[in-house]
Amino acid sequence: MVMEIVCPAGTPAALRAAVKAGSHTVYCGFNDETNARNFPGLNFDRTEMREGVQFAHAHGAKVLVAINTFPRAGDQSIWHRAIDDAKDAGADAVILADPGLLDYAARRRPGLRLHLSVQAAAANADIINFYAEAFGIKRVVLPRVLSVPEIAAINSETDVETEVFVFGGLCVMAEGRCSLSSYATGLSPNMNGVCSPASHVEYQDNQGVLNARLGGYTIHRVGKGEPAPYPTLCKGCFSAGDQTGHLFEDPVSLNAEQLIPQLQKAGVTALKIEGRQRSKSYVAQVVRNFRSAVDALEAGRPMPEGMLARLSEGQAMTTGAYKKTWR
Amino acid sequence: MELTVGANQFFWTADKWSALYDDLAQGPVDRVVLGELVCSKRLPFYQDRIPEAVAALAAADKEVALTSLALITLKRERKLTAALAEMGVMVEINDLTALAHLPKGAGFWVGPLVNVYNEGTLAWLAGLGAKRVCLPPELPIASVGVLARAGADLGVAIEVWGHGRLPLAISGRCYHARLHKRGKDNCQFACEDDPDGLEVCTLEDQPFMAMNGVQTLSDSYACVDHQIERLAEAGVSSLRLSPQSQGFARLCQSYRDRLNGKIPAGAVADEARLIAPETRLSDGFLTGESGVTWSGGPASP
Repeated sequence: MVMEIVCPAGTPAALRAAVKAGSHTVYCGFNDETNARNFPGLNFDRTEMREGVQFAHAHGAKVLVAINTFPRAGDQSIWHRAIDDAKDAGADAVILADPGLLDYAARRRPGLRLHLSVQAAAANADIINFYAEAFGIKRVVLPRVLSVPEIAAINSETDVETEVFVFGGLCVMAEGRCSLSSYATGLSPNMNGVCSPASHVEYQDNQGVLNARLGGYTIHRVGKGEPAPYPTLCKGCFSAGDQTGHLFEDPVSLNAEQLIPQLQKAGVTALKIEGRQRSKSYVAQVVRNFRSAVDALEAGRPMPEGMLARLSEGQAMTTGAYKKTWR
Repeated sequence: MELTVGANQFFWTADKWSALYDDLAQGPVDRVVLGELVCSKRLPFYQDRIPEAVAALAAADKEVALTSLALITLKRERKLTAALAEMGVMVEINDLTALAHLPKGAGFWVGPLVNVYNEGTLAWLAGLGAKRVCLPPELPIASVGVLARAGADLGVAIEVWGHGRLPLAISGRCYHARLHKRGKDNCQFACEDDPDGLEVCTLEDQPFMAMNGVQTLSDSYACVDHQIERLAEAGVSSLRLSPQSQGFARLCQSYRDRLNGKIPAGAVADEARLIAPETRLSDGFLTGESGVTWSGGPASP
């Protein structure tokens, strides 16, 4: 079976562009704190979600709704309503991370297909099968801490479909288990749907040297004219012991397009592209490339090569944990 | 309120490890969580000391639990987790994977690295047998209050991270090994030289984080000294203290004295800085604009 391309859409225009470019599936979120890309001007209101699902279905594509932050104590109804509204809009599945929400959806909205978000960081077959038994999840988005052989081992022990990230931003920490951002800025992926938020970024020009600061901490410094990477905490420049550098991860983004054949052999069902904050032209271009790659694979043709390099952050790319270099 | 000592986050020698629990058996704390939280490669160095430590703590009337790992990926780690459930000691889960191995209906505790952000998740865990939950450190005090009330209805005791470097992230990559240009499998135990983590500074030499193998901690030591009355009012049942290499017994005593009203607010923070003069303190996750902030005056000594 051809591998499923799962593409991000931050706006209705991006959803339409992704569907027209050949994405099998699009994922998106409501324009509030219920999703992990809660950025100003992004995401869908209720009407846009209904219309987006109708458009996708009319073109043979599916829509997944990400409700993957952790509900605030005392305010769970906001998240419950998001699940109800996604179901009413005709969403093909919801992507959830919080066990309380999974419990709500499984008990109160039977029939709604459940995917386990990467934010749940389910990193082995035991917990994936446990979620399947407890809530009936049909698919898990695997955390970006696993190598391809580890993914293959998981697939050999579970009937739950697996979806893996192949392109875009890369967390080096286990997803949904990181509060670096709220430590420095007060806002976190789990609680607020943002990481290293733009509202707390400052660029300071100091005699030809540009300092990038997040929440008052200088984590990048570049000379004039050099590209200044966005100050995401885990990809900042720090010092420890006698070393200074990108101690956690370089400012790179993930590109696993050349690993697609191995991922298919490992039993992966779907390939996920990160970036609901990206433009519709970016989304369309990435989708076209990955679609041609999986179609080539299915037809037994060689994989197209290296078309995506210039779309990556700061031009530098990595295969992340997949190639086992972390081990 | 009571005092719970959390699992040691760092890699210590077996003798130093044993000395901690010898001290705690005599100390003024109510319960102790022990075992390996951060990295399964550390466990063989002190694993054979665990039964004796558990027995000594139990004999001193402390409640005891063994922690699961915080991130379980390898087959060996899954087996280790399954074995944990069969040891006949209370288990504290710090990765939900452990739930898959606990006998149905067995009581368990939930550690600070499990995402319990709301009543729905708390109720789900209570239904599975959770008796005690230490909340994730990033929760604000308003959420703590809601969850403590929900916990009271469900019969689940609620704990809050009381003192120690904050566990901010866990990864599949070992940063200590990376710093030494090694992979995780060939780390050569680079983390053993840093019994409280290795300080990570910004480009302006501002201390910011601490590296501890696959774990990333705050540079600052969380300290709830100035929040104790509010936490008690919110219904928190216990404060969690995280072991540190210097003066931990003194610190436990100081918290006990503070809870008993023997010393005023601010005295625990003073003691923490007497033990280690360079210590920066924080309580911002509970009441501040960000985790790093400190309500007790200037953050730096």
